[in-house]
Amino acid sequence: MKFEGKVIKYGNNVDTDVIIPARYLNTSDKKELASHCMEDLDKTFAQRVQKGDIMVAGFNFGCGSSREHAPIAIKESGISLVIAKSFARIFYRNSINIGLAILECPDAVDAIEEGHQVEADLDKGIITDKTTGKEFKTEAFPEFIQSIITNGGLVESIKNGSFK
Amino acid sequence: MGMTMTQKILAAHAGLDKVEAGQLVLVNLDLVLGNDITSPVAIKEFNKLGADGVFDKDKVTMVMDHFAPNKDIKAAEQCKMCRDFCGEKEVTNFFDVGEMGIEHALLPEKGLVVSGDAVIGADSHTCTYGALGAFSTGVGSTDMACGMATGKAWFKVPSAIKFELKGSLNKYVTGKDVILHIIGMIGVDGALYRSMEFTGEGLHNLSVSDRLCMANMAIEAGAKNGIFEVDDKTLEYVKEHSGREPKVYAADADAEYDETYVIDLSEIKPTVSFPHLPENTHTVDEIDDIKIDQVVIGSCTNGRLEDLQIAAEIMQGKKVAKNVRTIIIPATQKIYLEAMEKGYLKIFIEAGAVVSTPTCGPCLGGYMGILAQGERAVATTNRNFVGRMGHIDSEIYLASPAVAAASAITGKISQPKEVM
Repeated sequence: MKFEGKVIKYGNNVDTDVIIPARYLNTSDKKELASHCMEDLDKTFAQRVQKGDIMVAGFNFGCGSSREHAPIAIKESGISLVIAKSFARIFYRNSINIGLAILECPDAVDAIEEGHQVEADLDKGIITDKTTGKEFKTEAFPEFIQSIITNGGLVESIKNGSFK
Repeated sequence: MGMTMTQKILAAHAGLDKVEAGQLVLVNLDLVLGNDITSPVAIKEFNKLGADGVFDKDKVTMVMDHFAPNKDIKAAEQCKMCRDFCGEKEVTNFFDVGEMGIEHALLPEKGLVVSGDAVIGADSHTCTYGALGAFSTGVGSTDMACGMATGKAWFKVPSAIKFELKGSLNKYVTGKDVILHIIGMIGVDGALYRSMEFTGEGLHNLSVSDRLCMANMAIEAGAKNGIFEVDDKTLEYVKEHSGREPKVYAADADAEYDETYVIDLSEIKPTVSFPHLPENTHTVDEIDDIKIDQVVIGSCTNGRLEDLQIAAEIMQGKKVAKNVRTIIIPATQKIYLEAMEKGYLKIFIEAGAVVSTPTCGPCLGGYMGILAQGERAVATTNRNFVGRMGHIDSEIYLASPAVAAASAITGKISQPKEVM
């Protein structure tokens, strides 16, 4: 599984309240959630994000609430992959369960800047900053996790029989 | 190598004699929880799975607490979806307006969690039940859906940090001050992916209410769960509230911990977390005047009877400062009624505070106390992130009910002793 896209970058402790503020949680409509994604941190996000873009952030990404609306909003906005120094555990789990690709790689986060073109190979665990040519190695997910992401999440994987 | 409390509960629920940190296990669940925000997403996923019914009608629970009583039409639609689902699937423990309370105050009160249980909830503060010696952790809606269908969830067995408590708390210092102190010490990701296990002789000096408050905020240090060693107080509480038998899991003497912290409870002072992270802690005696516009006393962290009792003691016969909107939210119907019978509500209303029906409302910026641009609140809630209670330029200071009550009286962040 490979992704390539332009980077949108944020800092440490990006919490689920800024990813999708609770005032919008009176709906579970994916498109509506995506239209408010990152709103309290970055008002321009929903307008400038393009399909395939890669979100890069610091430590403890997705901390706070268990709202699955957060990874749903990010995925629906068009983001193909989130690379962070670390993820809060519920967000980590939710991302895999809904089929949003994520990678932990502190070195890559330090080196990659906003607007860079980045390619990531999830099977090999390799992230390439195509703007600078630098390559970073991270741990690849075990096959069953990759399979959940490729199949569009846990429920889809159970339904189509790929999750055993 | 021995096992921690958490590891023992996970092993028992996975049908294994032994587990180790890092191992993936499939765990049989005693309870699966959702609320009016997370359950609708879970119900959609559940329906996609095509399961006939829930795995056990008595082991699934939904609590309408976040935007209930319904704050708007969309919130009403979400509650209706939960109500219809629970009706159709004959879910026993569906709690609607009139019976409901804030989920993490309600479930222990209803006896739905006992020591030794394994619980998942689609709410991050599900870790609260660790206070009773249960393994409980927050998950998302997809995990909730799969849990409702199968009664199982997979986990990576966590390693743990040990907090050895000694001594006892001074007057007007509470479990909230202890947990804020700890989060200030280890940071908002200090326990990421791990358990926080509380033990030591000082633990016996903490009320069950204090323990529930502390376990509740384990997630604010990034932890998978917070758990307290079971003692007589725990067993007495469980016996009083539940007909089910508790199971006590103690850590092995040779259990391995990543780190051990010794916390002397007698040294803890009234503590406040400044915006915009729970780790930005200061003791109240070291801060300058910080004027406030609102006080909220309530939430799954601090809406229990003991919290209202200490606030009432401090506010009795006094008036809240002019222009400080003081909102008090008993966490459950039972707490509301007891607070009324004990005269606390009268004290609050006479002081110029308002008392609301149970709801999570203001804690997550839903309704019932939203902040305008530039406003500041002292809240007994659990998160002070940007925009959490309203405008992105508003500020939340997290504190105990004692500090919140004192601050309501003075109009600035204050120690209880300043008004007593």
